Amino acid sequence: MFRLVLRRLLWAIPTLLLITFVVYCALRLATNPLASYARSNPRIAKQPAKMAQYVERNGLWNGLGGYIRGYFHWLGGFLTGDWQPSIKGSRPVWPNLKNALMNTLRLGFVAVAVSIPLGLALGVFAALRPGKLRDTTVNTGALIGFSIQPFISAVLLQLVFSVLWKRWFGQSLLPTSGLYPPGHKGFDLLLMLKYMVLPVTVVAIQGVASYSRYMRASLLDVLSSDYLRTARAKGISEGQVLVKHAMRNALVPIVTICALDIGAIVGGLIISEAIFEYPGMGRFFLNAVGNGDFPELMPWMVVITTSVILFNLIADLAYAWLDPRIRLD
Amino acid sequence: MTDFLISPTPNVANQTLGVLDKSLSPRQMAFKRFLNHKGAVVSAVVLAIIVMFVILSPITTRYGINEAIFKSEAGKFNSDLAPRKAAWFGTDSNGRDLYSRLIYGARVSLLIGLFSGIFSVLIGTVIGAMAGLYGGILDDLLMRVTDLFLALPLLVILVIVRGALGNISWVTSIIGDIKSIRFIVFLFSFVGWMGVARLIRGQVKQLKEREFIEASKALGASTPRIVIRHLLPNAIGQLMVALTFSVVGAISAEATLSFFGFGPDAGSGMTSLGLMIKDSKAAVPGGRWWMVIYPCGLFIIISLCINFIGDGLRDAVDPKLQVSE
Repeated sequence: MFRLVLRRLLWAIPTLLLITFVVYCALRLATNPLASYARSNPRIAKQPAKMAQYVERNGLWNGLGGYIRGYFHWLGGFLTGDWQPSIKGSRPVWPNLKNALMNTLRLGFVAVAVSIPLGLALGVFAALRPGKLRDTTVNTGALIGFSIQPFISAVLLQLVFSVLWKRWFGQSLLPTSGLYPPGHKGFDLLLMLKYMVLPVTVVAIQGVASYSRYMRASLLDVLSSDYLRTARAKGISEGQVLVKHAMRNALVPIVTICALDIGAIVGGLIISEAIFEYPGMGRFFLNAVGNGDFPELMPWMVVITTSVILFNLIADLAYAWLDPRIRLD
Repeated sequence: MTDFLISPTPNVANQTLGVLDKSLSPRQMAFKRFLNHKGAVVSAVVLAIIVMFVILSPITTRYGINEAIFKSEAGKFNSDLAPRKAAWFGTDSNGRDLYSRLIYGARVSLLIGLFSGIFSVLIGTVIGAMAGLYGGILDDLLMRVTDLFLALPLLVILVIVRGALGNISWVTSIIGDIKSIRFIVFLFSFVGWMGVARLIRGQVKQLKEREFIEASKALGASTPRIVIRHLLPNAIGQLMVALTFSVVGAISAEATLSFFGFGPDAGSGMTSLGLMIKDSKAAVPGGRWWMVIYPCGLFIIISLCINFIGDGLRDAVDPKLQVSE
């Protein structure tokens, strides 16, 4: 096991380097940092000497060789903590990125904590009576959940719970944007949760839909297996069969799916965050793309790819640990 | 479930006899199973109706795409009107009929979905079949590239690839400006083939070990012949399923991109469901519910129908997965 962990960790490093290189090239092309810089600083843009200086300082050379050199220039600066300031406003990137990351993690973990138990429970509920009304209902509900894209549910929820609610009952039920009301200072758990209800619902709809389907399929698979018949033949009670034999085995593939989803949280809440004006990674990304802010986008990409790769690793290891048939050696 | 194996109920026995009686071909059996999936059949009918409305748009629409409705009352603006006789679904902030615009918007969205889906499936099939058949470096490369793309959030990939492709001048001279529909279709095909390729690769890897492939190899069949005559017909069900999910994926992706202002250009006398949903966001604070409910509702109905059809197709082509009988 230890050797497996070590080898996977060592593999993660070249993967990360390769991905960041591809992302570096794509982002250089997509944002055109020099043009964005010229746009933000029109006075400097008129002085070719200063522009050339900016190119040299940030490694924005052109051509294939220039991109490779520029990548290593960027990597060196990134690893030694010498990050380029953002193009717009020339601020340090890390404090903003850290804030955004923390906010997103908070939202994401609440969403996961809601959607995983709910989805799994629905999946089990459906799988226990395959083909019956409850199964069809859960299945249809899951398909409907899939079809409601986050931006649609967000717009509909905003309309119903804040605008129309105000029209019908005099005041809106739930706030629609931000982390706290404007002007609020300090930490207030209840208020924060109230502001999280709508964004979390939007994220959870799709999560519950997919978890319930995975869980249903996985449990049905186990329920028709030979070892379950053996367990029943031994004469254990049905409850024991379900909890001790069926559920434990059905959860093995689910654990890896959950791990992968948690890894995707960091960059995966963009739509919900953007609509509810939640100051997380998604807002950070969209703002940076809008400004063509290359120095902000690169660390952002590094954070989300690291998270994805890390949780991929955790998913693999969890699978190997839980299922002795799959020892990846 | 397990009870069936021990003592077949009379019902099951009858079914088996019925099959023996008529001896249907596998394709007919799949079609029958599809017809048994009620949700899929209803969805197919609803989708057909929507498509008819779109095809017959010269008849079904009441106003032109950028045409304001007739003045209902003198001295009153015809913008932001709630649903009424002159405009069944109300009007938007420019006084245009929402019902007619929904049909024009669905036309663009469905076209984008259909073409992106077809191109994704074509590219994905070719690459997936080659990787599954030959294995080796091509296979490894495919898995690595798709791993990378499937790991990152789709919206991030679309935005970055869109920006990168849009800044290469020889690419835009072939596939059109970054705001054109042609570019969007190209972008979705560029990103969308990977899921299909993985699916086909798995299918081909599984099929190529089977005896009938070995038999045709022994008879001296060439590789292209094996692929075209034996492998692909056996994977056709999976291909259909992949096509439906590519189509619905492209429609959703178009809506997402449009929602954030990265979609096709609204200025050139067209609209799409995504652009209309984007407008609906601005209508939320004013409580103009008709601008929200109708576009969002139509979007949900279309994607739900295609999802249902895909689900029914998957059950139909892979009877092992079907547990509901």
